[in-house]
Amino acid sequence: MPESQAIQPHFAFLAAVETRSGESVSRCYQCRKCTNGCPLNFAMDVMPNQVMRMVQLGLEDEVLRSKTIWLCASCQTCTTRCPNDIDIAHLMDSLRQLSREAGVAAEQKIVKFHDAFLDSVRRHGRLFELGMVGQYKLTSLDLFSGTKTGIGLLKRGKLKFLPPGIKGKREIRDMFKKKKETQ
Amino acid sequence: MEVSYYPGCSLHGMAGEYDESIQSVCRTLDVALKELPDWNCCGASSAHFVDDALAVRLTARNMAIAERAGRELLVPCAACFQRLKHADKELKEDAAHWIDEPYEGRAEIYHVNDFFDRPELLDIIKQKVTMSLAGLAVVPYYGCLSQRPPKVTDAEQPENPISMDRLLRAIGVEVRPWSYKTDCCGASLTLTRPDLVRKLSGSLFEAAGEAGAECVVTDCPLCQSNLDTLQAEIQAERGASCHLPVFYVTELMALAFGDGQTTRWWKKHFVDPTPLLQEKGLLHVCR
Repeated sequence: MPESQAIQPHFAFLAAVETRSGESVSRCYQCRKCTNGCPLNFAMDVMPNQVMRMVQLGLEDEVLRSKTIWLCASCQTCTTRCPNDIDIAHLMDSLRQLSREAGVAAEQKIVKFHDAFLDSVRRHGRLFELGMVGQYKLTSLDLFSGTKTGIGLLKRGKLKFLPPGIKGKREIRDMFKKKKETQ
Repeated sequence: MEVSYYPGCSLHGMAGEYDESIQSVCRTLDVALKELPDWNCCGASSAHFVDDALAVRLTARNMAIAERAGRELLVPCAACFQRLKHADKELKEDAAHWIDEPYEGRAEIYHVNDFFDRPELLDIIKQKVTMSLAGLAVVPYYGCLSQRPPKVTDAEQPENPISMDRLLRAIGVEVRPWSYKTDCCGASLTLTRPDLVRKLSGSLFEAAGEAGAECVVTDCPLCQSNLDTLQAEIQAERGASCHLPVFYVTELMALAFGDGQTTRWWKKHFVDPTPLLQEKGLLHVCR
């Protein structure tokens, strides 16, 4: 049996997470509904209910370096079922943001995907699918996966070659600038 | 009846046949779609992954446009629907924080199933059926974001939605019961962790097969794409044979209404639906 280890709780992390997310993680009493209903729990290194407990105990490094926060697909099952009305999926958003800010995000491909998606929206006001995939492939160096699907999409004329555009492009760019200023 | 229409990026891109089938169904039902002028991307899951405020700003602009139009708003993509519902609630709470104009929430937001599943339209839908799809066994697949979380979507039965069941029955389809209506397909992990999407979507195929379904019907473009484009790979990985065409609910409605364009849409599918439709005698209206 592994030796038990005393954890010295520190509450600064809990406070930081609750402030960022507006969610009361303190209310979690470990019923494990989130974990039992999570469709991706099989792939996670820390179960969602454990993330809740770790935040309560201040295990900042373990939480922010976990794969779990990145593998969450935002399906909202946990949020829907939590008896304490904690928006756990939203909490995962906040933890992902903190993880990036600390520079310790475990799933870099997922980070690059969302960056490519948002860069495309910033540029065009709408998503340019082909451009987004191109940027994702180059920045993540995930060059050869999904080739067959990609060819299938092209053959069926499902990918457009020209980016979309909107008149309010500037408004959209300003929204992204605001983001940078507040960070 | 006039309604505002927010197609979203998918319907202008990979899910073109979803857009076309909605337009076709609306023509038949005498619903005039007025596309929101100069709409922008809702940010989907990426914006809230990165920045909560950016996610609201992106969607608030669209809701301000919808407010000016003052009509009900049809939002076919489940992710867009959920993000716009979220913005609507934020704006109702504190519009001045996000936009420079008043906001009452005059544009009530609907996703496809709930939009068509209302008594007055269901009656017309039944009348407009020129080719009943009786004998076609399907499982209705709702996915996540048109339902969850209910405090955002206002879904009445988020664990067991029934609006698509009712729509499909109205066009004669045999709706099979199954307990995977709202299980996740893996969503936007498609590009980054396709292994996980194959596993989740694979379980859906298995359950659909056990339920005796011959095809899957959805109203979410990302679900349709994941289930359709990855099916061959999933089969190869599992060593199981399945051939389950994945339809948009509006494609089947247009088929039942006798729209000849449907043949064009079938060519866009990775899992070819024509053998199934031929077997059921449902190809004869197509040229």
